[in-house]
Amino acid sequence: MYARARIWQLTEMIKSGHSMPQNKSIDRREFMKRAATAGAAAVTAPAAMAEAQAGAAQPVIPSPQTTAPATPVVEVLTEGPSGSDFMVDVIKSLGVPYVCANPGSSFRGLQESIINYSGNASPEFITCCHEESSVAMAHGYAKIEGKPLVVLAHGTVGLQHASMAIYNAYCDRVPVYIILGNTLDATMRYPGVEWVHSVQDAAAMVRDFSKWDDAPVSLQHFAESGVRAYAIAMTPPAGPVVLVADTELQERPLPEHVQLRVPKLTLAAPPQGDSGAVAEAARLLVAATNPVFVADRLARTPAGMAHLIELAELLQASVVSSQPNTAPPIVAGRMNFPSRHPLNQTLRSAGAIADADVVVGLEIANFFGAVHTFRDQVERSSRPLTQAATKLITITAGDLNVKANYQTFQRYSEVDLAISGDAEATMPSLIEAVKRLMTDDRRRVFQERGATLAALSAAGRDRARADATFAWDAVPISTGRLAAEVWAQIRLEDWSLVNGGLSGWPARLWNFDKHYQFIGTSGGSGIGYGAPSAVGAALANRKHGRLSVSLQNDGDLMYGPGVLWTAAHHHIPLLTIMNNNRAYHEEVMHLQRMANRRQRGIDRANIGTAIDDPGIDFAKLAEGLGVHAEGPISDPKNLAPAIKRAIAVVKGGEPALVDVVTQPR
Amino acid sequence: MKTHTVRASLGHAIILALLSGVSVLALQTPSAQAPAAAAAAGNSDNGKRIFVKYGCAECHGREGQGSPLAGPRIGPNPLALTAFVRYIRTPTGQMPPYTEKVVTDRELTDMRAFLQSRLRPPAAAQAVVSPD
Repeated sequence: MYARARIWQLTEMIKSGHSMPQNKSIDRREFMKRAATAGAAAVTAPAAMAEAQAGAAQPVIPSPQTTAPATPVVEVLTEGPSGSDFMVDVIKSLGVPYVCANPGSSFRGLQESIINYSGNASPEFITCCHEESSVAMAHGYAKIEGKPLVVLAHGTVGLQHASMAIYNAYCDRVPVYIILGNTLDATMRYPGVEWVHSVQDAAAMVRDFSKWDDAPVSLQHFAESGVRAYAIAMTPPAGPVVLVADTELQERPLPEHVQLRVPKLTLAAPPQGDSGAVAEAARLLVAATNPVFVADRLARTPAGMAHLIELAELLQASVVSSQPNTAPPIVAGRMNFPSRHPLNQTLRSAGAIADADVVVGLEIANFFGAVHTFRDQVERSSRPLTQAATKLITITAGDLNVKANYQTFQRYSEVDLAISGDAEATMPSLIEAVKRLMTDDRRRVFQERGATLAALSAAGRDRARADATFAWDAVPISTGRLAAEVWAQIRLEDWSLVNGGLSGWPARLWNFDKHYQFIGTSGGSGIGYGAPSAVGAALANRKHGRLSVSLQNDGDLMYGPGVLWTAAHHHIPLLTIMNNNRAYHEEVMHLQRMANRRQRGIDRANIGTAIDDPGIDFAKLAEGLGVHAEGPISDPKNLAPAIKRAIAVVKGGEPALVDVVTQPR
Repeated sequence: MKTHTVRASLGHAIILALLSGVSVLALQTPSAQAPAAAAAAGNSDNGKRIFVKYGCAECHGREGQGSPLAGPRIGPNPLALTAFVRYIRTPTGQMPPYTEKVVTDRELTDMRAFLQSRLRPPAAAQAVVSPD
C-alpha cells in the first residue's frame, strides 16, 4: 500500500509538471541513491538494459543517467530541519510530557529531534531497558493522569518485546501511543540488520489488540494520523494506538516548498447510553428492593467515582467495586468507590448479588462471571448466583470495540437491558432519571436499606481486621501483617497504591477514598506489568507530590527488573515493598489441583514454580540498579523501621525498596 | 448442581467460591472458643511439617491463618476431626480433594493437632491493624 501510494505521488507530480520538493536541492539520501544507481548503470551494457526492459512501459521518472550531474558534486553531509522535527511538533501539540523508549536505530531521527530540536522537554526521553517496560510505564502513567505517553520502538524487534504490554493496555482499555520506526523503502535499508528490522506492515502483529494504526507516507499524513490516533486512543473505550514513522520521513530534510500543518485536536465526547434505556434502568432501580451496582472499569476519571457515590447514596444501594486483589470477575479495574463507604459491599459481594433483584454492571467485561459461581473440579461447572427474577442491566462502552480473535469479551451474558455507552458519561443522566422518580415513600425505604447495608459493611471490615492479626508474629511474615505495617506508615501521607494487592489485605485494611489511590491491574494478566506500570504511575504522581507505593510480587519483578534502574536514573520516587514469597504461587495451586485430582502425590508442586535455591536477594539487586534498598526482612518486628527509612528516601525524591520475605498468600 | 461447564481459571474459581460463601468457614468451627477437649490426639510437629510439604499453606497460610484470596482461616479452631477429614476427602467448594493415597488419616490427625496448637493473636496486633 505504501509503495503504491508513493508511486502514485511521484506520478502525480510528474503529470502536473512538478518535481518532488526534496529534489530541488538534492538531499543526502537522494544524492547517494543517484550516485549508486549511476555507478551501477556504468557497468551495465546499454543493450542488455534495453533487452531487459523491452516491452516495458516508458519510465515516468527520468533516468538517473540524464539527471545525475555530469561533473563531480561535493557530497552534502549535513542537513537542516528534518522530518522528525515536524513529527516532534506533532507530538508536542498533543501535550505528551514523556516518551518512553529503549533506544533504537529505526527511530534515531525522532530521538535526535526530541533531545536536541525539542531540548528534551515536553516530551522528555525516558530511558527504558525493555520495550515491555516502556509500554507498561505508559500504561501506569495513563491510569493516574488519564492521558497517554508516547512509546518509541523498532517496528519489528521492539514491537515484539512490547506486544504483551500492549495486550495488557488493550484489555485494560488504557490509551498508549506507540510510534514504530521502520524502513519501508528496501533500497534505503542498510544491508544486514536493517533488513531484519524492517517489515511490510509493522502494526499487523498487534492489530488484533490495538485500537487503530496507520503507516503515513508523508509528513502531512503523519500529522493528520498522529492527531487522529490520539483522539481514537482517548475516546472510550480507550486503547493503544500504533503509528509507523518511516525512517525516510524521519530523516529527510523538511521539504522547502510544502506547507506542513499540525491539525487541531478535538476529543470526541464519550458515547452515552440511549435516553430511553437509561429511563428504564432508572425505573427498575427505584422500584427495586435490593439493587446492586457492580463497578469494574467505571471511573475513567475522578468524576466517575463521584457519580457512583451520588447514585448509590441516592438509592442507598449496594456497591460492589474493584479494589486491590478484588476477587474476579471484578478484575480490579479502577478505583470506583471508597473502600470504607457504608454502602460498599465488596467484602460480601456474592451475598449482595445473590440477594439482589436488580444488578447493574458498570463497565464490567465479565458480567457473566459476576452473576454466576464456578467450581473447578474434574467437571468444571457454574450456576447462577442470582435469583431467577433478578433483572440484569449492563452499561458499557466495551460493546463498541469488540474484536474476534482474542477472547477478551468474555462469556455471553443474558441480560434484560444492555446499554451501549460509556458508563461514566451515562451516569449523570441516570442520576437525573432516578431523581425524577423518587418519592418520599421510596426515600424512607431507601434509608432503612442503607442502615442495614452499613451494618453489614462495618461487620465485614471488623472481621477482616481481626483476621489480619492471626499469624501476627509468624516467620515468614504473613501478608496480613505486612499490609497492616505498611498502612500504619503511609496512612497520614498523600499516598497512591500503584501496584499490587497483597492477597486482598489492603482492600480490607486501608482507607481508599481517592481516585488515584488505586489504579487497577494489568488487564491482560500478563506477568511483568506490575513493576514498570508502578514506575510509570509514580512518574505521574511525582508532580503531585504523592507517595507512590508498590506492593511488588517477586515473580513479576523478575520479568524486567531493569525498570528499577529507570526509576533511579530519572529520580522517580517510588516505595517498593517486595512481597517476596519465592514462588509462582498461583501456578503451585494449579499443580496441586492436578496432582490431587490424579492422586500422584502433592509434594512436588514446587518443581518449575519455586523461585528459590538460590533465593533472590532483591535488596542487592535494587542496590546494583541504583535504588536504596533494605532486606531481606523475615522478622516482622523489623518491618516498621525499614519502611520508615524507605519512605524518607522516597519523600526525598528517589526510589527505595524493602525486601520482605512473606508467606505464599 | 452442575448446570453448565466452564473454563475459568483456578484462582478465579477459588475466589468466587469464597465469595459465595461455599467453603469459607467450612473448615473452621463456628466458635473461636471451641473446647480443647474436642481435639483428637496428634503429632503437632509432624502436622506442621506436612502442612507445608503437602501445600496446605499455599492457600491457608503457614499458621492456617487464611487468606482473603485463597483459603479460609482454619486455625486455631479447626473442625472436629471427623468433619475435618470428611471435608478434605470430599470438599464441596473449590478445594481440591485430598484422597488417602496422598494424605493418610494419621497425617490429617497430626495436621489438625498442629492447627489447634496455633496461637491466638497478641493484643498489640489490633492497634497496628486499626490505627484509625
